[in-house]
Amino acid sequence: MLLRKKLSREIPLFVMLTPAVVLVLVYAYAPMVGIVMAFQRVLPGKGIFGSPWVGLDNFAFILRMPNILQVLWNTIRIAGLKAAAGVVVPVTVALMLNNVTSQAFKRTVQTIIYLPHFLSWVILAGIFIDILSPSEGVVNHILGLVGIPPIFFLGNDKVFPWTMVVTDVWKSFGFGAIVYLAALTDIDPTLYEAAVMDGASRRQQTRHITLPGISGTIIMLSTLSLGNILNAGFDQIFNLYSPLVYRTGDIIDTLVYRIGIANYQYGVATAVGLFKSVVSLLLIGIAYKLAAKWADYRIF
Amino acid sequence: MNERIVKLPFFENLLNLAVLALLGLLCAFPIVHTLALSFSSASAAASGRVAIWPVEFTTQAYQFVLENPAFIKSFGISIARVLVGAPLNMLLTILVAYPLSRSKAEFRARDFFAWFFLLTVLFSGGLIPWYMVIRQTGLIDKFWALIIPGALPVFNVILLANSFRSIPKELEEAAAMDGAGHWTILFRVLLPLSWPILATLTLFVTVAHWNSWFDGLILMNSPDKYPLQSYLQTVVINPDPRMLTERDLALLQLISNRTTRAAQIFIAMVPILLVYPFLQRYFTAGVKLGAIKG
Repeated sequence: MLLRKKLSREIPLFVMLTPAVVLVLVYAYAPMVGIVMAFQRVLPGKGIFGSPWVGLDNFAFILRMPNILQVLWNTIRIAGLKAAAGVVVPVTVALMLNNVTSQAFKRTVQTIIYLPHFLSWVILAGIFIDILSPSEGVVNHILGLVGIPPIFFLGNDKVFPWTMVVTDVWKSFGFGAIVYLAALTDIDPTLYEAAVMDGASRRQQTRHITLPGISGTIIMLSTLSLGNILNAGFDQIFNLYSPLVYRTGDIIDTLVYRIGIANYQYGVATAVGLFKSVVSLLLIGIAYKLAAKWADYRIF
Repeated sequence: MNERIVKLPFFENLLNLAVLALLGLLCAFPIVHTLALSFSSASAAASGRVAIWPVEFTTQAYQFVLENPAFIKSFGISIARVLVGAPLNMLLTILVAYPLSRSKAEFRARDFFAWFFLLTVLFSGGLIPWYMVIRQTGLIDKFWALIIPGALPVFNVILLANSFRSIPKELEEAAAMDGAGHWTILFRVLLPLSWPILATLTLFVTVAHWNSWFDGLILMNSPDKYPLQSYLQTVVINPDPRMLTERDLALLQLISNRTTRAAQIFIAMVPILLVYPFLQRYFTAGVKLGAIKG
């Protein structure tokens, strides 16, 4: 009796979940079933039920692709550099903002540096393609004034990965600083008072109070970014790259797009995507375990 | 508010302020420069005389852009997807966040459903299977392709569920004592107390819908169904000659491609700039809530 009463009390909860469950089954779980395409030669119009099985042929094809290791390395390199810069710059900026005594100045700077986070990479690509152009861009114009020859930021494959890192930091450092700033304001002010009593210098305060105070947040966010090591930023790179910079700028996601959407090799593209999903899942699993251990982080 | 006890020495303080001001300028400059370009004459833009202020002020680029039916149409599609998509996002977020915010005693299947949704963030079928499913469900080239497949923002669900859980239990218990069911507790007790996070999430999904470009690009076959960001992607970033009409080609001879690009980019930014003041008021609280709870 009690059980039935309990169940009837739970019915509205199931009703609330139903539309979302259906949606997620169709658009998130059904594509997971579609992964079988990685083991098929997908024929146009036949779909996953009519196409022939080819075992691991698609994976063998990928391994024979001359640029596959390069693409993997490009992905890890760009994502790794972004992750590192994505911790260092926001932490530094948060520390600097925390030193500002004028609230008006602080708020003005924050308002400006948060904004790029909310602009899409299509808009930002439009802006960067213009200002970074070697012939008419304002950046090279300024460099020219101090005697530096034009740099082809988006067309030189030695410079391109760095352009990606810098423009990504430009877009995200302000918003990234919010979390660290919040952690800084959570530090117990009496710690500083005690330190001042003991005659601690400013630098000593930073070293022994401020940094330990936010280290939990730093460890947590850098560990979690491990799960993104194969996400080098599709939106950004897709909108800014060109065949000129494939050597250093082509990443897994852009490769999947070109193989799958542009060349209709569904089987091969799915196989590459599967590889990425599996590796990412493993890394996320490790990252969450580590974050739980080191920073006591839980999602729920 | 926690203020550092010792103020920075004079010169260090000055340096600190100067570097921060410089960072602010670095963030603002590309945007201001684009605005200046869009209001400058073609010849001024071409000769590199524009920095942060329009040179030979003209609204020619805007006239050209706003007379372009394709641009206007895609702008309308973007507005439509925000007006339809964002409320649907919020409705589903609320309906999922509530059950997941219950205790295990109250909802025994809670953990199962939590993982059911969370797994879709951790693992996905990848681009191609996702595309195939959307094609199988008949959404290709349909407006609803921009709305339905992404209608449940799982990350927002996590934020809202955590927020619901931080509301004192006594309030719900009192309501339950008076005979309130789950629907009443959700709509009469929790939601009225949650408006700051609801405002934050609404602004997030609004911005997300406005900024989406990839779904439009691959799910719409005909460019006249593109939302604005997909349209800009094909016209400004990755110009496809097939997209240009004869009128465009003729006019582009007369006015600068560069200033019209700037004008289109700026128009696409305007809605974000309009919601930004509201956004900024709430997102700091929202981000703190999500990132460092408990």
